[in-house]
Amino acid sequence: MSESKLIQGVGAPLPISNLDTDQIMPKQFLRIINKAGLDKGLLYDLRFDEQGQPRADFVLNQAGYANAAALVGGPNFGCGSSREHAVWGLQQYGIKVVIASSFGEIFYSNAMNNRLLLVMLNETDVQRILADLSNPETNQLTVDLETMTVRSHSHQAVFTMSERHRRMFLEGQDVIGATLAHREEINAFAAGHWQRHPWLQDVAQKTRERLDAGA
Amino acid sequence: MGLSLYQKLVAAHTVLRLDAHNVLLYADLHIMNEYTSPQAFTGLKEQGRAVAVPAQQMAVVDHIIPTHPVSFRIIQDPQSAVQASNLAKNCREYGITLFDTNDALQGIEHVIAPEHGMIRPGMVVLCGDSHTTTYGALGALGFGIGTSEVEHVLATQTLVYRVAKDMRITVDGLLPDGTMSKDLIMLIISRIGAQGARGYAVEFCGTAIAALSVEARMTLCNMAVEAGARGALIAPDEKTVEYVLRRAPDIAGQTMDLALADWATLHSDGDAQFELEYRFDAADVAPYVTWGTSPDQAVAVTGTVPREELLADANDRAALQQALRYTGLQSGMAMDGIPVQRVFIGSCTNARIEDLRQVAAIVKGRKVAASVRAMVVPGSGAVRAQAEQEGIAALLMESGFEWRRPGCSMCLAMNDDVLAPGERCASTTNRNFEGRQGRGGITHLMSPAMAAAAAITGYITDVRNLNARLEAGLAGKQGALHV
Repeated sequence: MSESKLIQGVGAPLPISNLDTDQIMPKQFLRIINKAGLDKGLLYDLRFDEQGQPRADFVLNQAGYANAAALVGGPNFGCGSSREHAVWGLQQYGIKVVIASSFGEIFYSNAMNNRLLLVMLNETDVQRILADLSNPETNQLTVDLETMTVRSHSHQAVFTMSERHRRMFLEGQDVIGATLAHREEINAFAAGHWQRHPWLQDVAQKTRERLDAGA
Repeated sequence: MGLSLYQKLVAAHTVLRLDAHNVLLYADLHIMNEYTSPQAFTGLKEQGRAVAVPAQQMAVVDHIIPTHPVSFRIIQDPQSAVQASNLAKNCREYGITLFDTNDALQGIEHVIAPEHGMIRPGMVVLCGDSHTTTYGALGALGFGIGTSEVEHVLATQTLVYRVAKDMRITVDGLLPDGTMSKDLIMLIISRIGAQGARGYAVEFCGTAIAALSVEARMTLCNMAVEAGARGALIAPDEKTVEYVLRRAPDIAGQTMDLALADWATLHSDGDAQFELEYRFDAADVAPYVTWGTSPDQAVAVTGTVPREELLADANDRAALQQALRYTGLQSGMAMDGIPVQRVFIGSCTNARIEDLRQVAAIVKGRKVAASVRAMVVPGSGAVRAQAEQEGIAALLMESGFEWRRPGCSMCLAMNDDVLAPGERCASTTNRNFEGRQGRGGITHLMSPAMAAAAAITGYITDVRNLNARLEAGLAGKQGALHV
């Protein structure tokens, strides 16, 4: 357990505002029914040129950042499309934690459901850490979930996280299983809900039957 | 203290409170597509779990579907074909309603659900697609979820839900001629920013909102997510009721009385508290166009690409530099006059019948510029049929537009409708992200009327001046940017 409370490794600076999930995982990698091969698609247009050759000027292609375990991004990281493929791709590539001053809301939930750690720091802390990471000599990063701190070469910052998300990350809970334990409460709720709002019940199926009857 | 509309909807769907921030939220309707649901079904099967309430689930093939104007559609791309057949298999296995590839009513999920009366005031609607906020236009709480959450909804008909904060955006006045709700939401996003509503459920109200049609409200709520909103809501009014009842004949008699009484309570109380409030004057709205690679990088078409030195925030300045490198524009350049090679009219934002009527009104008796390839992709089979019946389809084809089959198409370019590198597109969609419509392709978001004007002239054109522009002749105006 202590292992998962400590993430240490190379941090790659990616100071792009509003880095959307289309860029994190482009469309051509979404035509799958499993989760395979998303490491190749991660940040594809940024990592590779039109001929599919690695772009030498992109941080993850540079020698000192080849095995990055952390990304430090700009504000609103992961905004846009709900595609969970963005989170799967980050993990398959080897990213364990992303640090930014804010995250897209759906991306945040997706990350928590997959135990990809997201750390929110204020923009000043992010900038200090980015400055350290921009030099390969000082690009080591440590995230400690025991003390809830991020440490870069010359900077240390404390972060917070809801207890629920902290537990999800550390324990990898079966969220669906936990909800199914409330099955009786859900069924009781639904019964009352339909009694109060009968026009909301089984609308998908009833609509289809009506459309088919009219066709 | 009174409750906001958002709080009322959350309370009415709370099965139980899990902790200080999270509730178990009941879903009235769950909508799925072919690309964000497969792994959810796989997870369900691996755990040996059932679908809790199949009758409250609906699925659509929309993201990967080709839109070529053929009567029977065959998905050529092998991977995409597997996604479609896999969705059909999953729906058959679990007894879930599917709008499949060659279903006459197939279309974009957020177009077909409301048009057939599936979205009703007071609902909670979930879907593995961020533009599920669209349903707020009908007083339903809709929002996008990830694939893990899709699996959760399939298995339990509920979601572990972090309750959002309340924001209210009041817009009074009347939208000026030549502008649409697309222009209003683009103005709002440009003012509050791409994360201006992050963490909030946004309620839109005011006389300008009341004056909008239900379809125009859908455009507004649809794009609220581009400001980061976790939900968008408009309290149902007579227009909403009329729209829903016309499409939901099962709501009749005593049920209708009950429903009407319930819907009358779906508004924020007078003393409801909002953590954040914005006010806008509809008179300030002009036709809006994006210049960058984020939906908040937009200006009025009469404006120019912003100058870096005028931006206070360092991140905004860096974003501007990055965006201009990609879009090939320069600070100070006028938006009006920028040539486009492609025009795309479609998407869950702007592919409904009213949008197409607006386009037809602009295009009537005119021709698409020789330098432009212009596509119209209607939002659904029903919209397509309606447009054909009204003569809109014939008019558009006569003008030189491609009249295609429904789907998400070049909004996200998962099918074969893709921009070539360097191509510039006037688009009625919702995202101008780098590479969104194709690697190296450049997207300028705008209203259907503005996209229609760009198709005619071949460059970004203030639709309010289109007549004068055409009378004066096109020559001489173009030239702000030679691509």
